[in-house]
Order: sequence, then structure tokens, then C-alpha cells
Amino acid sequence: MSVETPTRPDRPGGHVSLAEKAPNARRREGASRLMTVVLGFTVAAAIVPLVLLLWQVLANGLPALSLDFITQVEPLSYRERGGGYLHGIVGTLYMTGVAAVVVIPVGVLAAIFLTEYGGSKYAYVVRFFTDVMTGTPSVFVGLAVYALLVSGAGGAGLGFGTLAGAAALGILMLPIVVRSSEEMLRLVPEDLKNASYGLGARKWQTALKVTLPAAAPGITTGAILAVARGAGETAPLILTALGAREVVGALWGAPQADIGLLMVDGFTQPFDAGIERAWAGGFTLIVIVLLLSIIARLIASRSQAR
Amino acid sequence: MSATDTSTTKESLRGSGRARRADPIFRGLVLVAATSVLVVLAAMIIRTTLDAWPVFDAMGFWGFISGQQWSVGHSRSEVTGTYGAFPFIYGTLKISFFAILAAVPLAIGIALFINEIAPAWLKRPLASTVELLAMVPSVVYALVGIYFFRLYIWEPVGQFIASSPLGNLTFFGPPVLLSSYWSAANILAIMILPIITAICRESFAQVPRDEVNAAYAMGATRWEVMRKVIVPRSFSGIVGGTMLGLGRALGETIAIAFLIGASQRWAPQLFFGGDAMTSVIVNTFADAAPEAIWALLAIGVTLFLITTIVNVLARLIVYRVGQFSGDAAL
Amino acid sequence: MRNWRILLALLLALALAAAACAGDEDAGDPTAATDDAADDTDDADDADDAAEEDDDAALLEEDEQVGVEADSADLLGAGATFITPLMLEWIRDNEPGINVNYQSIGSGGGIEQFLSENVDFGSSEAFLDDEAMEEAREIRGCEPIHFVDAFGSVVVSYNDPDLDAALEAAGQDNLVLDAEAIAGVYNTDITTWDDPAIAELNPDVDLPGTNLIAVHRSDGSGTTNIFTQYLDDAAGNWDLGFGTEVDWAAGTIGGNGNEGVAAETQQQPGAVGYLSYAYAVENDIPVAAVVNEDGNPIEPTLASISAGPSEIIDDIPEDQRFAVLGVGGEGYPIVGAHWILAWECGYDDAVAQSMIDFFTWAVTEGDDLAEDLLYAPVTGAFEERVVDQINRINAAE
Repeated sequence: MSVETPTRPDRPGGHVSLAEKAPNARRREGASRLMTVVLGFTVAAAIVPLVLLLWQVLANGLPALSLDFITQVEPLSYRERGGGYLHGIVGTLYMTGVAAVVVIPVGVLAAIFLTEYGGSKYAYVVRFFTDVMTGTPSVFVGLAVYALLVSGAGGAGLGFGTLAGAAALGILMLPIVVRSSEEMLRLVPEDLKNASYGLGARKWQTALKVTLPAAAPGITTGAILAVARGAGETAPLILTALGAREVVGALWGAPQADIGLLMVDGFTQPFDAGIERAWAGGFTLIVIVLLLSIIARLIASRSQAR
Repeated sequence: MSATDTSTTKESLRGSGRARRADPIFRGLVLVAATSVLVVLAAMIIRTTLDAWPVFDAMGFWGFISGQQWSVGHSRSEVTGTYGAFPFIYGTLKISFFAILAAVPLAIGIALFINEIAPAWLKRPLASTVELLAMVPSVVYALVGIYFFRLYIWEPVGQFIASSPLGNLTFFGPPVLLSSYWSAANILAIMILPIITAICRESFAQVPRDEVNAAYAMGATRWEVMRKVIVPRSFSGIVGGTMLGLGRALGETIAIAFLIGASQRWAPQLFFGGDAMTSVIVNTFADAAPEAIWALLAIGVTLFLITTIVNVLARLIVYRVGQFSGDAAL
Repeated sequence: MRNWRILLALLLALALAAAACAGDEDAGDPTAATDDAADDTDDADDADDAAEEDDDAALLEEDEQVGVEADSADLLGAGATFITPLMLEWIRDNEPGINVNYQSIGSGGGIEQFLSENVDFGSSEAFLDDEAMEEAREIRGCEPIHFVDAFGSVVVSYNDPDLDAALEAAGQDNLVLDAEAIAGVYNTDITTWDDPAIAELNPDVDLPGTNLIAVHRSDGSGTTNIFTQYLDDAAGNWDLGFGTEVDWAAGTIGGNGNEGVAAETQQQPGAVGYLSYAYAVENDIPVAAVVNEDGNPIEPTLASISAGPSEIIDDIPEDQRFAVLGVGGEGYPIVGAHWILAWECGYDDAVAQSMIDFFTWAVTEGDDLAEDLLYAPVTGAFEERVVDQINRINAAE
């Protein structure tokens, strides 16, 4: 502890009355107040860009935003106004949905392994590599899925499409689902599990019928946040979904559209109508991600209120 | 979280013979699920490394990462181009470094403000706002960066620095371009701010309240408590958060791809255009012949190596700091 | 855990702000006037676009009346991004009513997908060289066909208020440059407007001494290919070769895409950049007149761009693998062709017929759309030769 406490050699033992201010108190108080202001500015440095960003997205996307934007596909022309990103919205939700359906059960089961059989060396290895995967750049995942599934040379040769895009998004979601589910499963009180064992339940019964339901709201929250993360990704889809100009239902064999891909396509062309749609697409994407987060937090707070 | 609502009945819990036999099956099931994580990771690493191998083989690993020339060939079966990834590695490290340089002090400041200064009613709104920054998709950052930030903020600030005495240094010298290391570093700083802030807040909150109160009791001012108690006690948390932020910065793609200049070269200046590992992958992928795709995979593998090292170090540090309750999505 | 309420509040705030902005714009929001990005909401612009939309609507109706022929097959193509805006509108309006899926992935990707036989046709701003032709013959066992569907051109833009003033004082619309002068700027031998090489071409203009900065495309692109191929052919002082990417001289700066080059050019007084013609017109960027083979300074216009290819029509080889070089007369000299790649064999009859129908329609009837989008269409005698090439599709079957 090195707080500058003034020593007063003229007084035995350096005792100072509590009422008496140290001689440098004014300077130190001033410094403290100054730093409070400085710290306030750092907060502004985070909030100002956010406000500017939201304002820009709204102001520029508005001309293209209407009901058509979510019910129609883009016109086959960059200079023609109107139309929308229906195909992109469908593609984004389709790929994220397929990814979620596969990854969430697998992730939760893996999390059960980590909590129920967590003591082993193998569990430690799994946990460690899951964390490594959390930090994997999304574009690397895109490349890997391209090499594994899309490319015919050495890969499965599925071609660009829904499944490849979903695989990339799923791989990005998987470690998040595993780790957040694990956290939630860990929060389930030991007593509850012991009570279950005491009633003669087996481990699988306890895990699936006691621990999992108890942790369900938290797991759901984590899973939805993972889905929100996946829905906002664009980079890996450049390498796996490629983009389309119509609503695509095929799982593979046909390139799939995505909001982010359509935005990139639109804002790299010189035509105003296409650029406006890109802004509107950005707005849509923010709303989707935000809605997912709100749902996730709603579930979390509901369960807490109970 | 409570389990009082679980409708589990005694009957369903009774360990019948069948239930007993199901235990190993259950264990197998969760084991397979857990192993799938390792399998996916291994498949990705092996496939990309195999595909990238011809390029590493032709250039040599050192030649690949130190080579300054990137000229792609158009062959479908062999490596005919010259692939030196130095400009991209340099660009990635340069913008990540400056993003960290800007974001870490800001994140510490924001975390201190939210935890120690803000009144209770303001804490949550502030924290949520910072979290919102993390939720904005990368492609939206790209769009706003191109059409707004670089025109009205970064470029003018860059011009100001370049025309100040600092501009005499080559590094800060003109010309100031719209798409540059500077623009890329700026957008990165905004994007990694939330994760560093979150980790800092976690570790500041873990400083024992007794110590903080003791410091106040000894007459320390608020700033002194923050500077001499809270921040030093959270040092490893800050380092861990910084490393996680760095991992994020290294892997960020779309926003960088449109703001760094995509020149496939490197430049010593800050305000000049360059290229980064992630941006060259997405910018040139669609137009690449097979051998160029191998080269991009080689960049991907190198990027994976770098980010993994950074993330492993970060995790080790953050683990030591203690268990974080924060969601893994950060 | 009240986080979600705050998020909900933020979302509501967003919606409110949206509503507020909408109201403001009707009332002439002052921020919209100061904001370049918001310019596209200008009333004048809207009126233009409304007119455009009416045209389009008319075309669409026509399209609906024609309907889809029973024996037509869907087509899959991939390639150059350069042609995408035109290709899309051709697809939208084509009278044979053929459904075409065009993947805009870049010329290199187009050639790659074509040679991998993943697509029915490829599209590229570069033709297959002899080696690739040989490779292609082995792949499919027959001849790959090239035909031109449109021409594009590259313009040299500049940004300097002093120069604009000087040009206006001299009553001259465009700065005049020739290949040597452009090459000089790009290899940094020419550093100011009043360099003798430029002064000689603009004798009436009191050229300012602004320092010049050359802006090039930093991403590999067909635009760079057309531009450098022209310099390589026409400028004796150009030694950097040509291609979709070249080793630019130190001291020049790069921009990502047309948009990037335009943005950097607008930002730096004294900047000189090259752009696709459509981009420059769409964004109202001043461009230089370029001296052609016959010594005439030609301003880029649709007429002068179209004149270029017709000037050299007699030199175009039978297989249409050529570069538009040595343009004289009234032709603007920096012009490049865009090719469709197809095969002489191996298609289903329906696919082959659809391709012939679609591209024949595009090059004969699609000229208006091309001109609207500022591409030079193929016309006249050359058009006949293109149609001949199109009819070779599947002819060897």
C-alpha cells in the first residue's frame, strides 16, 4: 500500500487528526476529479462511434426500407430502386438454422461430458481445444470448410451452398455453445444432483432429467447468443455460400444468399439504389442480431425471476 | 436459477436394469459429442495444411512468411507463382498493434468508469451499450467505415497528424489515404473494445472490496484507489483481456478487407494503404486459380498458427486470474 | 438481469429515430444536405430514377407478354464482375425469356469455373492464351469459343481545383493527355501539370504546378489490364508491362476497386486515377481527353468508345482473341473487350439452344441496355461476326 500518507515528524508516532487534511489533499483531490472526467471521456469514445454508426445505418438505409425489403428479392439491376433482401434474409436464417439444429445438441452433450466427466485428462484436453476454437479466425474456418466440403479436389465436392455455409457458421458456434453450456451446467447445485442419485437415479438420468432442465434457461441463452454471433458473420460465407440472387431451398448444389454477401455485392457497385439496399441490409442484420440477443436475455431474466 | 420446477418424479428416476445398462451408452454419447470438437478442429487443420503444402514446399516456410513478393500464377496443378506473405503478416500485426494501443487504455478507462465511478443506475445501460458494439456485424462496420468514418473522422485526423511536426517522420508522413493501415486500425480498435472492456471489468470486480475500502480509509482519493489498488491488482486480467482482444483483431476480416487498401504490398507509413492476411483471403479468393487458392490456404494456416499462439497465451493468463462468469461468446 | 429491457429500449429508440429521420427528410433535413452519402436522396435524383423505373416497368411488361419458351433450359454462368450490372439487366429483360444464373466472381474465377466445366459459360476480360486453349481442348475434346458481348473503356480522371479553373479560363472542357503523358505520371517522371509533356498537349491552358499523385487499382482487375495494356502498346516510356496487377512505381498510391480509386482521387488535390467509364459517368467525375493513334484528342463518350472497336474491326482475328489497340479516327483509345467463353461441343441441345438464343438476343437487341449502363455494344459488321461465333456453340456435336 503506497498511498501518499504524509508523515509529520513533529508529532510523536506521526499521528494526524482525522479532521485535518493533508497538505497535498487539494492537489490530490483535483487530480482525482480530473481523472474522473478523463475516464468519462473514454466512455464517450465508445458511445460516440456507436451512435454515429446507428445514425448512419438508419439515415442511409431508410430510403430502401419498406415492407418490400423483407418480402421481395432484389431486382436484377443495381440502378433500379425497390425490391429487397428476402433471399438474403432467408439464406441467413436458413444457414444459421441448420447450423443451430446440428450444433446445439452436440454442444450441449459435449458440455455434459465436460461437467459430468470433467476430472479426466481428456476432458481437460477437450476444454482447452474448445477454447482454441473459440479464437479461430472466421475466415480460416471458411477456408477449411471450402477445402473440406466445397472443393472437389480433396474435399467432398458439394460445391458452394447452404450446407457449406451452415457448416462454417456451425463450427464458429460450436465452441461458444459448449463453453457457455458448461458454465451453466456447473451452476446447478451439487445437492440437487445428490438428491437425484439418492433416489436411485443413474448418471444419465440425473444429467438429462435433473441437471439439464435446471440449467436449460441458461443454456438457451448461451445458445441464442451463439446463433446471433453466427447470423452476423459474413467472411466465411464468401468462401462457402458464395451468394445468390433468388431464394434458394437446396441444401447443396446451388450457391446460397446471405444478407452480408448481398450488402458487399451492393456497396461495391457504383449505383445508388444498390448502395441504399446495402444500408437497409445492414439495418436488417443489426435488428436480427439485436432481436436474438433480446430473446436470449429475456429467457435469462425470466428464469432468474423464478 | 432453481430446479424446483423440474417435474421429475420418483418413478422416472428409479434405476431399473435397463437404466443401468444405459449409463455406458450415455457416457459414449457425450464422449462422442465432446470428441467431435476435436475431430472438427483436427479435420480443419489437416485439410488446410495438406492443401497449402505445395506452396510451403515450393517457397519454404521461412521463404513464405518472409517473402515480399506476391504474384499469383494461374496453374491448376502446380505452383508457378511467387508467394511471399510478408506484406500481409506485416499488415495484420501493424493494424492489430495500433488497435490494441488505442483500445486497451480506453477499455481500462471505460471499465473503471462503469465499475467505480458510474452511479448504480447508470452501470447497466453503459455496460449494455458497450456490449452493443460487439453485436454490430462486421460487414456493417465495413459499410459505415467506407461511407462515413474514414471520410469525416479518420482521414481528417490523419491529415492533422501528418501536417503536424510528427509528419516529418516517415511513419506519420503524407500522403494520407482513405483506405490505410490507419483506417483499418481505427475500425479494429472499436471492434475489440467490448471484449477487452468486459475482461477488465471482470477482473476489477474481483479485487477484494476490503482492500479498496482500506485504501479509502487511509485517505486515498478515488483516482488513487483505482491507480494504485484496482489496476495493479488486476494486471494479469488486463493482459489476458488484451491478448483476447489481439486474437480478435488478428482474425477480423470484412471490415479490414474494405478499409486497408488491398494493395498486396506493404508500406512503412501509417496513413498508407497495405494489406492484411484476412483481407487478401476474402478479396482475392473468388478470382483465384487453384494454385492461388493453395497460397491463400497457406496464409490461412499461418494466421491460424499466430492466432492460436496468442489465444493460448491469453487463455492461460485469464485462467490464472480466475473463473470468469462472463459468457464465452465474448 | 434487466439487460434485455435496456436492449429493448435501444431498439425502440432506433425505431423512433427512424421515424424521426423519415419526417426530417421530407422537411429538408439540414444534415442530409451536408452529408455526401445522403445526396442520393435528393429530389432531382429521385425524379430521374422514377423515370428510369417507368422504363424498366415497360420493359418488364413486354417480357411478361413474351413468356417462357417451353424448350428452353436454365443457364449457369460465372465470371467478370465488370459485366455484372449489364448481364443482370440482360437476364431481366431477355425476350427469349431464358433463366440465367450469373455468378459474379471475377474473370479468373470465370475461366477457372469454365475450364472445370462447372458452368455453362464463362465470362472474362481476358481471353485464353494458347497454352490455356490447348489445356481446354484436352478437357472437353473440342474447341472453346470466344465471343465479345460488349466493350468497356477506362478513363483517366483527375482532381485539382486549380486545374479546373485554368481549363475553364482557356474554355477547354477536358485536359488533354496522351499515352506518354499518362505513362509519365504513372511512372512518376511527370510530377506537375506544367510539365512540358502535358503543356505541349494543352497549349492554351495556363497549367498549375500542383504536385501529381498517381492512383491505381490495388486489387487485381480487368480495368488495370485494359489500362496497362494500352500504355504498354502506345507509350514508348512504359516499362512496367501489363496485366490485372503490375508492379506500380514507388510513390503511386492504390485504391480498392473503382470506388476506392475514385475516393482517393477526390481526396488528394493533384491526384490522377483511372476508372471504368461507367463509374466516372455515374459519379460525375471529370475525365481527360486522350490522344489516339491518329493524333486526335478524344473525349470518352459512348460514341467515341464504340468507335474504337469499329476502327480496328478488320484486324480482329477469326477466333476473336484480340486486344483493342491502335485505335485512331474518332475512337477513344483505352478500350477493352469482354468475352463470353463457351464450348463447341458437349451441351444438351436445350442448353445450347438457350445459350444461342440468349446471347444472340443480348448482342443484337440488348444494345440499349448496354448503352444505358455505359458499355459500348457490339454493332454493325462486327455484330454479325459475333453472332457467327455464337452459332458455333455445340456445332461440333
